[in-house]
Amino acid sequence: MSLAAAPTKPVSHRVLLMATCLCDAFFPEAAQATVQVLESAGCEVLFPQDQTCCGQPAFNSGDFSASRRVARHTETVFAGELPVIVPSGSCAAMHMHGNAIQFEREPDAARFDDLGRRTWELCDFLVHGLGLTSWPGSFPHRIALHHSCHTRGSGTRSAMQTLLESIDGLTLVPFAQEDQCCGFGGTFSVSFPHVSGSMGTLKLDHALKETPEFMTSADLSCLMHLSGLADRQNRPFKILHVAQILLASLPR
Amino acid sequence: MSARQPIDQFAASLPGDRRSSVLGSCQAATSKRLTALADDFAHADDLRRLAARIKQHTLDHLDTYLEAATARLEEQGVKVHFASEAEEARSLIHQILAERGAKRIVKAKSMVTEEIHLNDYLIDRGLECLETDLGEFIIQIDGDIPSHIIRPITHKNRREIAQSFEREGLGAYNDDPEVITRRARVHLRDRYMKSQAGITGANFVCADSGRIVLVTNEGNSRFSMAPNPLHIAVVGIEKIIPRDRDLGVFLNLLARSATGQRLTVYTEFLRGPKAPGQPSGPEEMHVVFLDNGRSRILGSDCREILRCIRCGACQNVCPVYRQASGHAYRSTYGGPIGAVLTPLLAGDDFAAFADLPKASSLCGACREVCPVDIPIPDMLLKLRHQAHDAGIRSPGAPPMAPFAELATRPVIWRGAMTLSRAANLVPTQLLPVPALQSWLKLRTLPHWRGGEFRQWMATRKKP
Repeated sequence: MSLAAAPTKPVSHRVLLMATCLCDAFFPEAAQATVQVLESAGCEVLFPQDQTCCGQPAFNSGDFSASRRVARHTETVFAGELPVIVPSGSCAAMHMHGNAIQFEREPDAARFDDLGRRTWELCDFLVHGLGLTSWPGSFPHRIALHHSCHTRGSGTRSAMQTLLESIDGLTLVPFAQEDQCCGFGGTFSVSFPHVSGSMGTLKLDHALKETPEFMTSADLSCLMHLSGLADRQNRPFKILHVAQILLASLPR
Repeated sequence: MSARQPIDQFAASLPGDRRSSVLGSCQAATSKRLTALADDFAHADDLRRLAARIKQHTLDHLDTYLEAATARLEEQGVKVHFASEAEEARSLIHQILAERGAKRIVKAKSMVTEEIHLNDYLIDRGLECLETDLGEFIIQIDGDIPSHIIRPITHKNRREIAQSFEREGLGAYNDDPEVITRRARVHLRDRYMKSQAGITGANFVCADSGRIVLVTNEGNSRFSMAPNPLHIAVVGIEKIIPRDRDLGVFLNLLARSATGQRLTVYTEFLRGPKAPGQPSGPEEMHVVFLDNGRSRILGSDCREILRCIRCGACQNVCPVYRQASGHAYRSTYGGPIGAVLTPLLAGDDFAAFADLPKASSLCGACREVCPVDIPIPDMLLKLRHQAHDAGIRSPGAPPMAPFAELATRPVIWRGAMTLSRAANLVPTQLLPVPALQSWLKLRTLPHWRGGEFRQWMATRKKP
């Protein structure tokens, strides 16, 4: 049941934005950039006010009854037929894969199959939904691209690569062991502080060795973890969500 | 209960050089695997999925295939036994050996005999039971336990090994791996010739032919059988595959996934005891099929874990295993496979190992490399759920009910988001939230900017 083999996903220029709880709490610019990027691609962006979180923190803790409550709320908020666009591979994976596990034996499982089918990670939607093959403008910077773990097997990885590589002046800087996790893992980062911190430090070591100007990703959770670690270790490290790069690249 | 996860504590106490050696060998094995697969197969993922389907099919009809394999083996003169539990297997094997007066036993590397702690059992009953795989031999003389499925001594460096050899009277201190290997070979060769029985595992058992397949790089399983009259193969019931021809899929995947080789140096195909006219080989052959919880797992929602062919690729790629090493998992199987298999095999003792499935960032790397495409992360989640449902507390994990309360009340959620900005005004180190404090020990937190995006969205002029 790979993410790539998901049933055909709906495409429309009218979309629902799921901004994610992290953007809601910490990263307003990334959510704003997501809106502006979608609008520049010709979309009308609707933002359901009652949205909160996809429920993943509780799901990953094994508290399925708590996470199902949150997921049911989210499903109601995003009801209908419109595509749901998420600036996060992780929250998108929760809809596309996680819910299938926790609703397997629930009577309303079909509603979550439908929500998963309608959910797109932002870059995946731009490339594999809207059919973009490049992104306009320029962003003359050296970028380390961190592929977040929840985009494994999804269309996001190739989509990000396609978009970023097409931007004038943007150089993607490869680094060692790119496929290794950043160590965040939600509650894992607080219940396994040593292992999580060591994983993140390794990621920083490998990326910073190549002296990128920014690290980007489809997921702010990884970037928040890495920049928080770098900050504690007094290592200069700048992050941008991929939507922020796409926005900054646009010709004004 | 301790406030920290045991695996995290273990990782934190691991000496730096040990950690580097585990990390380095795992990264090297991961790269070799990738190259070995990509070099020969344009669509390696399709091969993995094919292997998964063959194994899953076998498991879905295991009763039929087990019966077929047993019938073929018996036709070929093999004595077949079934053991439902570890104790039954151990005493059965001891009985076979005792009845034939076999006291000196040589053993090839086998995870299933580790699982049932066969060595200790036989040694306690006065038998000599010698591991002949170099890694396992070193584990045995050190009274240690394997820390990796394929490289049991991946946690040791050569200086430690040289000291062990010196202590055991195998020559003066010398940490040259070639010298160590040569000395072990000389020592073992003599024991092979004096042995009275050989015990092996099995990598595959083909139901259509009753053929047992063993892969090694040292040829020690062959040596364990050739000179002595009795061979006992201990086999988990999940090792069966339907046909000889399926070996084309599995042998191609196993060596590449395990060691990055196209094929191991030795691949042995056994069909029963020595035939008349054959110059050497055991006159008597036994197969002990072991259940030890496997039927129970087959009936659970984690049955896919029984597809495992014990290649260790998930251990190599796992960032948690790399930091913590195999011993952190307190069982025969470490890393992602162990985090799933150990609590499942534990049965009534589930609670004692309920922390293992927590030891993952759910990064999914294990599934990506698994030669039989086991959805390990999904199983980690299911087992976490099982632990939560059983009321087993997990150290360091924040309770989720308050989060669910908040996240299902949008008005309160929005208010909390805006209020959260007040947290910027107090030193975060003072906030009495354990999860937050654990975060802050190693990382800073960005400024709270709750509600800003919503405000922007509500007040901006649309283009």
